[in-house]
Amino acid sequence: MTPGPSNEGDPNEGPPNQASPAESASRGGPQSPKIRIRDLYKSFGTKHVLSGMDLDVGAGESVVVIGGSGSGKSVTLKCVLGLLQPEEGSIQVDGEEVVGLGGESLELVRRKFGMLFQNAALFDSLTVWQNVAFGLIQGQGMARRQAREIAFDRLTAVGLEAEVGNMWPAELSGGMRKRVGLARAIATSPDIIFFDEPTTGLDPIMGDVIDELIVKCVRELGATALSITHDMASARKISDRIAMLYDGRIIWAGPTAEIDRSNNPYVDQFIHGRAEGPIASMVNA
Amino acid sequence: MPILQPIGRTVLAFLETVGRLSLFTAISTSHCMRPPFYPRLLLRQMVEIGYYSLPVVGLTAIFTGMVLALQSYTGFARFSAESAIPNVVIVSITRELGPVLAGLMVAGRVGASMAAEIGTMRVTEQIDALDTLATNPFKYLVAPRLLAGVTMLPILVLTADIIGVFGGYLVSIFKLGFNPSLYIKNTWDFMEALDVISGLVKASVFGFLITLMGCYHGYNSKGGAQGVGTATTNAVVSASVLILSSNYLITELFFAR
Ligand SMILES: Nc1ncnc2c1ncn2[C@@H]1O[C@H](COP(=O)(O)OP(=O)(O)OP(=O)(O)O)[C@@H](O)[C@H]1O
Ligand SMILES: [Mg+2]
Repeated sequence: MTPGPSNEGDPNEGPPNQASPAESASRGGPQSPKIRIRDLYKSFGTKHVLSGMDLDVGAGESVVVIGGSGSGKSVTLKCVLGLLQPEEGSIQVDGEEVVGLGGESLELVRRKFGMLFQNAALFDSLTVWQNVAFGLIQGQGMARRQAREIAFDRLTAVGLEAEVGNMWPAELSGGMRKRVGLARAIATSPDIIFFDEPTTGLDPIMGDVIDELIVKCVRELGATALSITHDMASARKISDRIAMLYDGRIIWAGPTAEIDRSNNPYVDQFIHGRAEGPIASMVNA
Repeated sequence: MPILQPIGRTVLAFLETVGRLSLFTAISTSHCMRPPFYPRLLLRQMVEIGYYSLPVVGLTAIFTGMVLALQSYTGFARFSAESAIPNVVIVSITRELGPVLAGLMVAGRVGASMAAEIGTMRVTEQIDALDTLATNPFKYLVAPRLLAGVTMLPILVLTADIIGVFGGYLVSIFKLGFNPSLYIKNTWDFMEALDVISGLVKASVFGFLITLMGCYHGYNSKGGAQGVGTATTNAVVSASVLILSSNYLITELFFAR
């Protein structure tokens, strides 16, 4: 995989998705994390999904968020991307506040991101390669021919054959769609990549290939990754740090190696997949 | 006051809808005027609206023209005023029936499919994906449709006018025994530029309303397949009602003395 040209054909924009360390340092101070979430509140009607969530993701770091189904993991990612508006709290990306941002300035922030949606969210009016090349052509104004080449490269990287590039999303299996979504997320070589359950629905071997690809994105391209997964083996493999979301808050966060020594009953129950424990009693209540 | 509560709630909901629709309209039209434009998408929508609506609009027009000639004949024969038939046909078709019927047919065809397509994109998070890929959905989805609607409907209606008058001609010549050259001469004499122009202005407004309703209801749909179904129905119903009411307003503007 090659780091795609980030700003060709778009000379006025500057490099939107490769903010240099100096730049981020000047804006957010040297120690400031890439993403800084503070005291985030989000509810739907009377349902409180996030209530006072805090999370830091450092530059070049790979963080995995774990947590029960419906605990608000996907909602968190959407809040950071400005797709959902939180009621309260602050989200900073490279030291820049994104809550309440709109229009062009939000678009500029979004150029730093790549996102794999939980259900892939492929454009079904476009072929597979056009999906993958979308951010390059529409977002960066790259020539179609060149974008097409990069798209096919990325498809190979996620283990899909060249023929798939000319198929329609509706003709793909669930796991194939997921991988196309992954290829689309990394196509623009973004600075920050969100993976919402990247390996769900894949066979174990392909899951491992994808895990390695994510690690590669982070190590080789220097991207910052925030992933969601239920698969603990995958979480251990791709993450530098793990954070557990429960009851609208991060109840534990720490280096991946320490997750077995967390001494947190919720975390223990979750990573060992036990039905008995503090979480189950809450679910049954 | 338990009686006032539901009334107040309905009024508030109505005002909220009006506000949201106005905002949607303002944002959409402003994106129609500002680059970047998407010529490919615009062309695709123009073909979709203009070309693929031709059969249904043409059929509607020809039968309307035919039935118009037939009915006027039954009425006018009593007063020996059959010679007014070309007049009735051309005036009714160009002023009213052409734009309104074409508008309603296109609302059913195009408005529904737009609401369904954009609604599906909404509920399957494709619109969120557009946003994250730094592409504005108003620019990418809404603007090409609005522009195509505003430009294609007049062309469709002009075609419908011609076909409708031809339908009246067919019935008059082959069924009612009119003289062909006299019928054409009368039609030509009675044709007024203002009638045709008012019809085309209506068509353009209808094109805007149809595509706006399709996009608005699709964009705001939620809750899976059922939500998309509701959006589709709402798009067609609201577009039809808006077509009929704005038709009255435009007629008033053009012809009220
Ligand atoms: N658009 C929405 N409207 C209403 N409620 C929503 C919406 N999106 C999410 N929710 C609610 O927010 C809660 C959290 O949803 P979210 O998708 O973040 O879960 P999750 O942690 O990603 O779960 P999973 O692991 O199953 O994907 C759920 O209870 C869901 O019902
Ligand atoms: Mg989720």
